[in-house]
Amino acid sequence: MFPSRIWRESKHRYRLEAGKCKKCGKIVFPYRLICPECGDREFEKIILPDTGKLMSYTVIRVAPSQFTDQAPYAVGIADLGDGVKLLAQIADCDVEKIKVGMDVRIEFRRIQTDAHHGVLSYGYKFVPKWY
Amino acid sequence: MVGIVGYGAHIPRHRIKVEEIAKVWGADAPSYKKGLMLREKSVPPPDCDTVTLSVEAAKNALRRAGGVNPAEIGAVYIGSESHPYAVKPSGTIVAEALGATPHIHCADYEFACKAGSEAMFVCLGLVKSGYIKYGLAVGGDTSQGAPGDALEYSAAAGAAAFIMGTENLIAEIVETHSFMTDTPDFWRREHEFYPQHGGRFTGEPAYFAHTTGAAKAIMEKTGLKPKDFKYAVFHQPNGKFPMRVGKMLGFTKEQIEPGWLSPTLGNTYSGASPIGLTSTLDIAKPGDKILMVSYGSGAGSDAFVWKVTERIEEVRDKAVRTRKLLDENLTYVDYGTYAKFRRKILKNN
Amino acid sequence: MRDVAVVGVGINKFGELWNHSLRDLYVEAALAAIDNAGVDHLDSMTIGCMTSGLFVGQEHLGSLLADYLGQKNLAASRVESACASGGLAFRNAYIEVASGMSDIVMAGGVEKMTDISGDGATYALAAAADQEYEVFHGATFPGLYALMAVAHMEKYGTTREMLSAVAVKNHHNGAMNPYAQYPFEVTRETVESSVMVASPLRILDCSPITDGAAAVILTTVDIAKKLGKPIIKVIGSGHATDAIALHSRDDITTLNATTEAAAQAFKMAGKTIKDVDFAEVHDCFTIAEIVVMESLGLYPPGKAGEAVVKGETALEGSFPINTSGGLKSKGHPVGATGVAQIVELVKQLRGEAENGRQLTNSPKIGMAQNMGGSGGSTLVHILEVA
Repeated sequence: MFPSRIWRESKHRYRLEAGKCKKCGKIVFPYRLICPECGDREFEKIILPDTGKLMSYTVIRVAPSQFTDQAPYAVGIADLGDGVKLLAQIADCDVEKIKVGMDVRIEFRRIQTDAHHGVLSYGYKFVPKWY
Repeated sequence: MVGIVGYGAHIPRHRIKVEEIAKVWGADAPSYKKGLMLREKSVPPPDCDTVTLSVEAAKNALRRAGGVNPAEIGAVYIGSESHPYAVKPSGTIVAEALGATPHIHCADYEFACKAGSEAMFVCLGLVKSGYIKYGLAVGGDTSQGAPGDALEYSAAAGAAAFIMGTENLIAEIVETHSFMTDTPDFWRREHEFYPQHGGRFTGEPAYFAHTTGAAKAIMEKTGLKPKDFKYAVFHQPNGKFPMRVGKMLGFTKEQIEPGWLSPTLGNTYSGASPIGLTSTLDIAKPGDKILMVSYGSGAGSDAFVWKVTERIEEVRDKAVRTRKLLDENLTYVDYGTYAKFRRKILKNN
Repeated sequence: MRDVAVVGVGINKFGELWNHSLRDLYVEAALAAIDNAGVDHLDSMTIGCMTSGLFVGQEHLGSLLADYLGQKNLAASRVESACASGGLAFRNAYIEVASGMSDIVMAGGVEKMTDISGDGATYALAAAADQEYEVFHGATFPGLYALMAVAHMEKYGTTREMLSAVAVKNHHNGAMNPYAQYPFEVTRETVESSVMVASPLRILDCSPITDGAAAVILTTVDIAKKLGKPIIKVIGSGHATDAIALHSRDDITTLNATTEAAAQAFKMAGKTIKDVDFAEVHDCFTIAEIVVMESLGLYPPGKAGEAVVKGETALEGSFPINTSGGLKSKGHPVGATGVAQIVELVKQLRGEAENGRQLTNSPKIGMAQNMGGSGGSTLVHILEVA
């Protein structure tokens, strides 16, 4: 992945910076220029919560090339509250033991390793919430 | 007054037992376990590296620092011997992840296993001089041990982070001392994947000489004796060395145990004595004095005398305790998974 | 708006067509459509293709394919809506004739997916999802539909057996389709023991990688009468989008773009789902067919799965779905699929569907639902034979 693309996304991926519509309160992640709910264009910068509940998940066994070494890995959608949902890998878990409704926490992890020489991509993953 | 405002550690969930490694290389597991006083070590999965471990440890430190605005952190120093890039600092990524950029000084530190304590040493100095309000020092590693080598049994992963400042201290720095000579006990040349070491040469002239050198000098400087300290944390490349050096210096097992994690953690290199300090702070009481002496091959030791303040009681449980990260919710892997995680298997690309 | 009819259809046998380049595929199907229509010229051509750029490094398909089709100086263009590119090409062609802008327009679709490694194909297909917030994290297409399947199973108790029933039915139909990529039956056991791709979806729950093209010719009803062709009118067309990322939608057990596009098409046609006799739907994955059935209003939420098991959507059922074999058995050359669906509707409405797959109760109204990505865009068309 080209460095500019990685760099531009870092404030979302690293810090979960999102926008909250000043008019209707809808939270958009990542930021947008216009609220998809009410059409207003002013947003307040917020940080998403770092815990949530898993709404759906799947275990990917046939993976794309950047992820083949990680297969099988789980990917899920978690509800972080306030209508915010996020898709991420579920790390640190036995893929057979994941359950819809499970509590998860967000951790900072390496997402992609570009061969031996590319720029590294970091971001968020879910882990089962155990404390 | 200068010292620690917040502290935190992060250890990955995966572990591998000494027996599992010994089995592959035909080694005698019981004698390794006994000789090194080591039972198992932490294993970083492919999505954990020094940067990610540092970010999570720093978040725990911020939780305990209570109300420190990351934008007010004036310096970020990550000490490691397994920085993900040879050229491009780990610190920039950590600072960005915490929201501490852009008005911040950054440098990556290296000095084998004492890179973390170096970061702590320098932060204290900058805070004391008034150059910065808060400094973030992290010691973390995901170091590699060569397959079949003695160090493969202990090379582990973990990180500890400290936010240094002048207000709301958890522990005050009483004194520091650094002791260093050119001693090539353990090294890695540029472009080599695994380090080399001098076998038994890494003991007496290296680890022991520098640890005792720094410890004795700081005790003389402060006029303190072993019995004046409640706890002592030493660099822990295995379970045996810190216990032996402690005994040599006149410390008891009880003083060393709270910060002695290597038997089940392994050697987290730049994270070793810093993580030991966090687990000691997790149980220390106000007024306790803690001696911390790191060791980095090459070689040198940084010594610190800490004095715990009243504030420790109210903040220590604002983040997860280090022993909990060490002992609970563990997944054991076999050697094949370990080798795959640690990229020891050669692939065509 | 003028009345528009489909007068000619052409399709090639879908499969891993090593001997055919992208241009070969398209021209073969296009010539078949021109011959089938009996027209002597085209006014314009719209081509649906998801990503010839990523698959074979070729853009500017309008110019390339007009040239290779021997249509000098033709107004030709390519449209893209991921896997709904074909349906979009059909709609644009329809609008062009209905508006009076052109009289004879070709809507074609093509995708050449095998001149690239499996990984390369996966990468290209992933462009239909949210690159930064889904693909970046390792979500694959089967993965996204698997997330829908898990949510649907949790909410409604949809079962593994129901998913398998879709695959078995579609293969049964496709076995009779000489243009299908996989013209053979499969059993429930074979489906359920095939390799797991993204739980719970197995390889036989997934449509394949396919090379292929299809083309249809649209013209006014008057010209169709002059050509002496059966009058198959386009009576409804609908087009809608939805949040591209699954996690941005309120309910991932339903497809809002499908419901919305269908509503538009029904309104235009002055019909409801009860008036439709059969449909071609976008079964990129078995779960998709089930969710689409509910999103079209054919069954209440949670009830489509058992209807499939009971055989209600089989050839002899009350509402046959995917008489062509669907994407599952016929194949899914992405950009061509939407047009291939129209080809099947026309064949059934003309009474020309091959082998035993022709519906025997003289169907009058057929519907095609063509979907892009994980439901981010949908085209719905309704055709009626006079």
